[in-house]
Amino acid sequence: MNPLFQPLTSSRPQQQGLADWFGRLHLDLWLMMLLASVSALGLIVLYSASGHSMPTVMNQSERLLLGLGVMAAAAQATPEMYRAIAPWFYSMATVLLILTLLLGDHAKGAQRWLDFGVVRFQPAEFMKLAMPLCVASFLHGRPLPPNVSTIAITLALIGLPTVLIAVQPDLGTALLIVAAGGFALYFGGLGYRWILGALAAIGAALPVLWTRLHDYQRQRVLTFLDPETDPLGTGYHITQSKIAIGSGGLFGKGWLNGTQAKLDFLPESHTDFIFAVYSEELGLMGVLFLIGLYLAIVGRCLYIAVRAQDTFQRLLAGALGMTFFIYIFINMGMVIGLLPVVGVPLPLVSYGGTSTVSLLAGFGMLMSIQTHRKLLAS
Amino acid sequence: MSRHDKLKDLHREKETFAARTVVAACVALLLAATLSFRLFDLQVLQQTYYSTRADENRMRLSAVAPVRGLIYDRNGAVLAQNTPAFVLELVPEEVKQLDDTLQRLAKLVRLDDIDVARFKERVRKTPRYRAVPLRTNLSLEEVAKFEINRYDFDGVDVTAGLTRSYPLGDTAAHVVGYVGGITEDELRKAPEPAFRGLSQIGKVGVEKSHEDLLRGEPGAKVIEANAYGRPLRELDYQQGKPGRNLILTLDAKVQMVAEQALGDYNGAVVAINPQNGEIIALVSKPGFNPHLFGEGIDGKTYKTLLDDPNRPLYNRALQGTYPPGSTIKPFMALAGLEYEVIDANHREVCNGQMSLPGSSRKYRCWKRHGHGSLDMAAGVARSCDIYFYNVAINLGIDRIQGFLDQFGLGRATDVDLPLEKAGLLPSREWKQRMRKESWYPGETLNVGIGQGYLTVTPLQLTQITARMAMRGDGFKPHLVRATQDPISLATDAIALEPLPAIQNRHKADWETVVHAMQQVTQVQGGTAFATFKDAPYTVAGKTGSAQVAGLKQDEKVAPTQESLPMHLRDHALFIAFAPADNPQIAIGVIAEHGGHGASVAAPVARQIMDQYLLGEIRYRAPGTPAPAVAVPAAPVPAVAIPQQAAPPDAELPDTEDN
Repeated sequence: MNPLFQPLTSSRPQQQGLADWFGRLHLDLWLMMLLASVSALGLIVLYSASGHSMPTVMNQSERLLLGLGVMAAAAQATPEMYRAIAPWFYSMATVLLILTLLLGDHAKGAQRWLDFGVVRFQPAEFMKLAMPLCVASFLHGRPLPPNVSTIAITLALIGLPTVLIAVQPDLGTALLIVAAGGFALYFGGLGYRWILGALAAIGAALPVLWTRLHDYQRQRVLTFLDPETDPLGTGYHITQSKIAIGSGGLFGKGWLNGTQAKLDFLPESHTDFIFAVYSEELGLMGVLFLIGLYLAIVGRCLYIAVRAQDTFQRLLAGALGMTFFIYIFINMGMVIGLLPVVGVPLPLVSYGGTSTVSLLAGFGMLMSIQTHRKLLAS
Repeated sequence: MSRHDKLKDLHREKETFAARTVVAACVALLLAATLSFRLFDLQVLQQTYYSTRADENRMRLSAVAPVRGLIYDRNGAVLAQNTPAFVLELVPEEVKQLDDTLQRLAKLVRLDDIDVARFKERVRKTPRYRAVPLRTNLSLEEVAKFEINRYDFDGVDVTAGLTRSYPLGDTAAHVVGYVGGITEDELRKAPEPAFRGLSQIGKVGVEKSHEDLLRGEPGAKVIEANAYGRPLRELDYQQGKPGRNLILTLDAKVQMVAEQALGDYNGAVVAINPQNGEIIALVSKPGFNPHLFGEGIDGKTYKTLLDDPNRPLYNRALQGTYPPGSTIKPFMALAGLEYEVIDANHREVCNGQMSLPGSSRKYRCWKRHGHGSLDMAAGVARSCDIYFYNVAINLGIDRIQGFLDQFGLGRATDVDLPLEKAGLLPSREWKQRMRKESWYPGETLNVGIGQGYLTVTPLQLTQITARMAMRGDGFKPHLVRATQDPISLATDAIALEPLPAIQNRHKADWETVVHAMQQVTQVQGGTAFATFKDAPYTVAGKTGSAQVAGLKQDEKVAPTQESLPMHLRDHALFIAFAPADNPQIAIGVIAEHGGHGASVAAPVARQIMDQYLLGEIRYRAPGTPAPAVAVPAAPVPAVAIPQQAAPPDAELPDTEDN
């Protein structure tokens, strides 16, 4: 990094930070409480959705604890450290993605996993963190609002890993990574003309894209538009999901009383479609409560972002918070039939390993931004 | 420099960021509101619709088979009942690898080749979503073994159900019939709710003809099933309405006596109560084991039964058509009296043969050297063909046809059993229509002695005997006396159906003919005198024999030297009713290839009458010291009746009688 572009905040002595590590836990009470609430709710629904499987719940609990540990650890590092490692982290994640394409394991027909003998993981999860870090730190060193060359470089930074993930293929994660980078760019002050232009370009490209889609891909889109045309085939997921949600009603059928998941009508009921189980058993009231919790988390993230002390921290916090929201929106949207089905889990509730850990690591960075802020004030 | 200026404008950057955050937050809230509205739409506005869909998903309405009605004989002996049994069933649609599944099942339960063979047969005939029984009557041990391993067998299930059983086995099998699997064809024809929950319905006999009464109405149960269709628990259960019990007119004891009395002969026996048309016994031999069908028959066994030259599945009493032979003579006599062609004292001289004017063709009496001069009663008692040739030719076919038509010949009796044949009462019009030929006088002669085109079923033969017994009155023959509510046990009698009385001008003619028929059994020289001479009741009867020619029964069998004489032997017939002045029972017997009506068919009727009228068999076959329940199959040794001397078959191609 060019020291000339370093903001004033990074010039404070390191000793002070070190001293603070021991002085404080660097955790944000509000975020902690909200995340714990959602996680606990998630475990309760998971027990029902997995067919009363205690091992599944224990497994998920272990991952949540691991995630919280990683979060606490991540909160200890200073934002400056994140900014310093951002380019390296991004480069490493990109290399791993390339390796995944070359050497990765095939699971369910997609090449997502990298196996190092002892450790087996999805490099795309690293990219979920590396992308906002990298774009935020890049824009931090640039005049904002970004000029054309800055935008071009940023889009290239976003585009490369997105393509690498999209060809695995993992459309859901690719979308989240675009969102992470895109939000950083947006918070950096990307002109609205650019945003509207991009939306218009996508809109214009759609008919062209449509003609180039494979038949099965078109079928998926058509199914999304009207799932009932093929209730036993491609529309089965979404039809059963809507039945589960709709039959829940205002107050739900009660915990453990949902029939759609219990009787196996609802596929993926404890992973991507767990929100349908939640809606069936706890009803609209429970759903609104959960959405409220999620919005509170997003709100807290934006609050942290607004109060952050430099551009890097602001962009990082804003991007992480909004990406978290996009996570929720895509998952709920697909489960209730507003969006096509892409594989995005419901954060902290869906059963699944690496995404939970990477998600909580991101919250660790947010806590770092929040708790290290006071250092400067003192 | 300008870049530095811009870069240093940190305050502006912060403001931009704050504004962007507000916009982002608004967009997020807007999107969250969209989600919430959609959820409100699904969970509140469309809740009823989706609740119904969820219930449709998990609830399966399935029918509960009603308990089939029992079948009793007139005295309460059980002829058909339901026995509890564990049945191993497969739903072909849900079994992925049928052969593999069967092999694995064979390790747990006993599976004979016949079970597998008939199962495969039935799978082909049954809709794929319906359960097909593989084994019935599983032992408790087999059930336990299967239940332990059932997770390994998708689409296989053990159901505790009732199977149909017939305690008397092949006794009255043709009457009671049997139940069997429902075929696609039957399912298509039936009104949909009728067969719900059932795997078997009546196939023949009373089981088929009274299927609607026996079946009852299916109940319903609502079960909760998972996405793979496995039933998990019962949510609601409604008992079906059990089928009605049937009380038959049949007397099982008399039926057994009749079956035993017929011995090894193929043939049929029908006994009717002339006072009300109740069928007391209805035998068709050979019989079959109805349990073969209850458990589901395989193609091979079924084919063996079908191809059996003795045709055990064929109910001769209703489906077999035979020339009545000399048993028609009393009716010819009655017609002769009616049209005053003869009177009771009219005599004919029998020289053993005669010919029609203008024709050289000889018509022979079965008695080669003739009967000499006889009156009507003697003509009946000694069964003179020449006498009845004359009666017939003087009546003419039109009057014969018109008169016998009143008795119901040539028409089905409409008995309550399936597949009844009508027989044939020929007429000029019939011959013109069917054969495109005019009627020849010689054919009238043949009809006069019960040969030629005239054919009857054993049931018809018995029915006309009953009408004779009742001097023209009569009732529709029937097998079901009453139906019974299986719960309250209240019975509903089935109404009798009187038939229009046979019209004749002189009521005394009946007594004249009945008197002549009594001569057959009561007077030395009567053809059945030997059988009935010691009977403690009065019997009016008539023997007969019918040519085998024209019968298709055994044509498939190549006539070997040994079998040839047997298959050329005549069918033995006998009709009778008793007591003659107050008739309680009318009987018709046909023993295929029995040879002589007097020696083979008449003893069968005698034993049935003994059993029915006296409650025990007093008849002793000549030379048989033991009680003669089991009648010897061999012809009874001749007593001193001239007719018993074997008629020279070869000389008399047209008719033979005794």
